Amino acid sequence: MHHTAIIFLEFGAVLVALGVLGALALRVGISPIPLYLLAGLAFGTGGILPLATSEEFISVGAEIGVVLLLLTLGLEYNADELVTSLKSNARAGIVDLVLNAAPGAICALLLGWGPVAAVAMAGVTYATSSGITAKVLSDLGWVGNRETPTVLSLLVFEDLTMAIYLPVLTAMLAGLSLASGAVTVAIALATVSVVLLVALKFGRFIEAFVSSPNNEVLLLKVVGLALLVAGIAQQLQVSAAVGAFLVGIALSGQLAHDALALLEPLRDLFAAVFFVFFGLQTDPTKIGPVAGLAALLAVISMITKLLTGAFAARRAGIAKAGQARAGIALIPRGEFNIVIAGLAVAAGVHPDLGPLAAAYVLILAAFGPLAAKLVQPLITSIAKRTG
Amino acid sequence: MDVEQTALPGIGLRHEFTTQSGKRVGVVSHRTGRRDLVIYDREDPDRVCETVKLNDEEAEALVELLGAPRIVQRLNQLHEQVAGLVSLQLPIPPGSPYVGRPMGDARVRTRTNASIVAVVRAGQVFASPGPDFVFAGNDTVVVVGSADSTAEVADILAHG
Repeated sequence: MHHTAIIFLEFGAVLVALGVLGALALRVGISPIPLYLLAGLAFGTGGILPLATSEEFISVGAEIGVVLLLLTLGLEYNADELVTSLKSNARAGIVDLVLNAAPGAICALLLGWGPVAAVAMAGVTYATSSGITAKVLSDLGWVGNRETPTVLSLLVFEDLTMAIYLPVLTAMLAGLSLASGAVTVAIALATVSVVLLVALKFGRFIEAFVSSPNNEVLLLKVVGLALLVAGIAQQLQVSAAVGAFLVGIALSGQLAHDALALLEPLRDLFAAVFFVFFGLQTDPTKIGPVAGLAALLAVISMITKLLTGAFAARRAGIAKAGQARAGIALIPRGEFNIVIAGLAVAAGVHPDLGPLAAAYVLILAAFGPLAAKLVQPLITSIAKRTG
Repeated sequence: MDVEQTALPGIGLRHEFTTQSGKRVGVVSHRTGRRDLVIYDREDPDRVCETVKLNDEEAEALVELLGAPRIVQRLNQLHEQVAGLVSLQLPIPPGSPYVGRPMGDARVRTRTNASIVAVVRAGQVFASPGPDFVFAGNDTVVVVGSADSTAEVADILAHG
C-alpha cells in the first residue's frame, strides 16, 4: 500500500476512535483525557493495535498540540490578572507548590530515580489541570461560588510557576552543567519578565499587528506567531510550551477572545493527538507493576490538594463547606502533567516514569471530576448541619 | 448598600451584594458576554444554589425591567426634594444634529444651565455621562433644571 494511504488510514482510524471515546466520556460526564490516554496505550507498542507508519506524523501533531494547549491557556489570562494574582495569592500559591510538588519528588527519590526525575515527578503531581477544573466548576454550577476566585487564582499561579518551571526542567533534562543550566534558567526568567512587561505596557502594539477583521488572517497570524516564538524558545532551551504560553498572555481583550474561539477546534484536535501520542510512547505492559504506586501517589496528592484548597479558601474567609469544595476542585490532573511527563520520557529519564505518570493522570483526570460530583451533596448536608 | 466586585481569572467578573431581607445575590459576567444571575444558599453562604444563565438579549430585558422604574422613582424623589426643579426625558430624534457626536458638542449646561443626569439607551441607563459620551439616535436624555432651561435643552437636542 502507498505510504500516504497508510498514514491516512491509521490517523483516520485514531481520530474516529477518539471521537467515539469522546462521546462516551460526555455520556458518563468525565473528561475525555483519560480515555485518549487509554487509546494511545492501545495503539502503541505492546498495545492491541500497534500503529507503525503514522507515529512520526502523530509525534509532530503532538508537539503542535502542546503549543496550542499552552497558547490557548495564555489567551485566557491577561497580564493584569497574572500580576494581581501573584501579588494577592503568593502565600497560598507557595503552600500549593510545596505541598503538591513534594509527593512526586519524594516518590522519585525513594525509588532511587535521581534528582532530575524528582524534579520532573514534582511537576507531575503539582499542577492541577486548569482545563478539567474549569469544566468541573461550570458543570457543577460552582462558578459563582465565593471560593471560586481562590481556586482560579491558584490555577493562574500554577500556570505562571509552570512558565518558570518548564525551562528549568528542560535545562535539567538536557543534562546541562550547572553553569550553562543557570544561564538557561536566567534567560528563561528574563524572557518571562520581558514578555509580561511588554504585555502590560505595549500589548496594544502586538495586538495592532495581529488583529484583523478577517478570521482567516487572524488565525494564520496568531498560530504563526505562537509557533515562531515556540521555535525560538525551544532554540534557547526554554521549552516551546512556555514560548506559546507567553504569546497567549501578550494578547488580551477582544482579540484574545476572538482568537480563542478560532483556535478551540484546532486545539481540541491536536491536543487529543498529543494525549494519544503520550499513550503511544507508554508500554501498557509496564503499567501493571507501577499501578499500585500510582494509586497511592494519587491518594496522597488528593489529600495534599484538599489541604491546599482548604488553606487558600480559609485565608479568603470561606466557611468549611467552601474550603472542602475548593480542595476538591483542585484535584484533577491532566494536560500539564502529561506535558511534563512527556518531556521527561523523551529525554529518557527513567523507563518507569512514563507508565507511572500515565497511570497517575488516568486516575486523577477521571476521578477528580467524579469526586466533585459525588461529594457535592455530602458537603452541602454537612454545611447545613454545622452552619 | 455595598456591591462587591471580584475578578474571576480566565472567566470574567463577579458582582454580589446582600439584600435587606438577607439574601445574597450576584451576577457573573463572562467574557463571552454570557451573564449568570446567581442566588446564594442561606445555609451555606459561599455556595450558589440557583444559577440563571442569560444571553445578551435576556440580560438586557432583565435590566430594563429592573432599572427603568428605579430611575423614574429617583427623579420623582428629586422633584419632591427641590421645589422648582423639573426633570424631563427628552428623545434624541434620529434627525438630530447631535447623533454620533459627543455630548460636549451640545454645550447644554453652558447654554441653558440645565444638567444632563442620565442617558437611557435600549433599556440601559448611563448615569452622569461625561462630555465625551457619544449620542446615538433614539437615545433618551434625562435633564434636570428649571422649567425654562429644560425646555431649551429639548430645543437644542432637536435642532442644534
